[in-house]
Amino acid sequence: MEGWDTSTKSALTKIPLLTTRAGPRDGAAWTQRLKEEYRALIAYTSMNKSNDNDWFRISAANPEGTRWEGTCWYVHNLRRYEFQLQFDIPVTYPATAPEIELPQLDGKTHKMYRGGKICLTVHFKPLWAKNCPRFGIAHALCLGLAPWLAAEVPILVDSGMVKHKDDEATSAES
Amino acid sequence: MEDELRALQESIEGLKRSLPVSDHHDSISEMQQRVGRIMSLVKSSGGRRSKVKELSAEVVDSNPYSRLMALQRMGIVENYERIRNFSVAIVGIGGVGSVAAEMLTRCGIGRLLLYDYDTVELANMNRLFFRPDQVGMTKTDAAVQTLSDINPDVVLESYSLNITTVKGFDTFIESLKRRKPEEDGRSSGVDLVLSCVDNYEARMVVNQACNELNQAWMESGVSEDAVSGHIQLLVPGETACFACAPPLVVASGVDERTLKREGVCAASLPTTMGVVAGLLVQNALKYLLKFGQVSPYLGYNSLKDYFPTMEMKPNPQCSNSACLERQKEYIQAKPARDALAKAKLEAESSSQTECPLHMDNEWNISVVDDSEAETSDHSRKPYALPEGLVRELPNADKYQEPPVSGGITAINDDLEELQRQLDALNSS
Repeated sequence: MEGWDTSTKSALTKIPLLTTRAGPRDGAAWTQRLKEEYRALIAYTSMNKSNDNDWFRISAANPEGTRWEGTCWYVHNLRRYEFQLQFDIPVTYPATAPEIELPQLDGKTHKMYRGGKICLTVHFKPLWAKNCPRFGIAHALCLGLAPWLAAEVPILVDSGMVKHKDDEATSAES
Repeated sequence: MEDELRALQESIEGLKRSLPVSDHHDSISEMQQRVGRIMSLVKSSGGRRSKVKELSAEVVDSNPYSRLMALQRMGIVENYERIRNFSVAIVGIGGVGSVAAEMLTRCGIGRLLLYDYDTVELANMNRLFFRPDQVGMTKTDAAVQTLSDINPDVVLESYSLNITTVKGFDTFIESLKRRKPEEDGRSSGVDLVLSCVDNYEARMVVNQACNELNQAWMESGVSEDAVSGHIQLLVPGETACFACAPPLVVASGVDERTLKREGVCAASLPTTMGVVAGLLVQNALKYLLKFGQVSPYLGYNSLKDYFPTMEMKPNPQCSNSACLERQKEYIQAKPARDALAKAKLEAESSSQTECPLHMDNEWNISVVDDSEAETSDHSRKPYALPEGLVRELPNADKYQEPPVSGGITAINDDLEELQRQLDALNSS
């Protein structure tokens, strides 16, 4: 965990760890895992809110809890940039991490795989492998997506690849 | 098209006759010649051969299998014709998978099942197989288009889906299980699965499916820097599965610190991909047609032209439950396997006259099987890798008490109640 900032580290220690090693094809064990996922997400979201660091919304998009959708945002130069967020729970979960997608950014940065899957290979995958099955969706957002947004959004905005939604509206009018 | 051209030829002929002999006569004749050339071009491009009933060993220019059947005459393969009974599934029709598919098609494989969710892009043109005019087609459909032209004898099935999703996985499993009525008694409808995907997640999915189906498969990979690759044979229960240990990669052989890692746009070379596809299909042919030695693991470091090999035993503590089941079955089947091997050995040696090596054995000396000793070795030194190979990911840590106070308590809450709590947080 060396090389991570202190606020990420302290947030991480407060997200409850998971214990059930179960994927979406494991029936009752998956339901148990899903409960643990919810518990971790609830703890992480409320922690973010109380620290005035709220930065995502996520909820299950199907009753089985295998598809998740929501939004995430990042503040750069006092302006908020918001993106759609989605991912599927892979059949081999939790041995493999969810592949987090930001579909609106597909094709706008090379730090992304086909379909808007953000690149997690170097900064996140080894951590996930080391902490299987204790890490869940909340950990993937905290250690995978948050640092990616912090690194990529400023570059995307400064290079003009991503425009603030207010600017987009004015340029469309003119 | 041919009829249209013939009609055009006739109308030009009519025009030529209706006009008086004039200066235009030469240019009309030239037009006729051009139409004739186009007609012959059209005829040659439409020359698809018809299917063949039996592979012939006859050495004539028109026999597509003469050079393959020659493998029999040279004593390399006992029965090459068996290739038509084999079904092979190829997962990932990219730089390696598409070339592997073409090789197997040209070898006259019976049936090929192709899986990919991607479409052909111009950025793929630095690799082999796909053509610029196929840009925008799904990779599986484009592959079927080309492969059915090359060899109409091969049965091709195209599956454009993502196998890592729950729905895609179900289709994947079902398609692997489906078999022709004459092949009853097999655990799966295919003889071998070739994994030619470019990511860890998809490899783990292939591993899961093959462990559940007790299906032998081969894994292949090319490094992101395009200078090394590997192939690996995985037989559930018998060899290490893909989840038994963190995946191996071939070290680049140059100082790791000098490698640029900015950006994820992976490099690729048609050469490395072609070499790995060749190694993969060669190993597959040896496995299917039973010739030579099938490699359990073969690495390729192109910077140093170094080919490390190794063998991996399954991990008795593997996190994949299907792998553990296959391991148990494999151990249970050991007496039968030994009996078979012994019978084979006896059949071979029965022709020779046999006499004991030593008449008396005063000190009760017996020979111990080497492979028995190895199994215990494995648990002692799990990280002993040959030079030039490294692990791609770390091992999972042993579970420790969480640093959070309060620890893990059993969650008795209702799932719906938890969902409501999260929704409440989301909407505030």
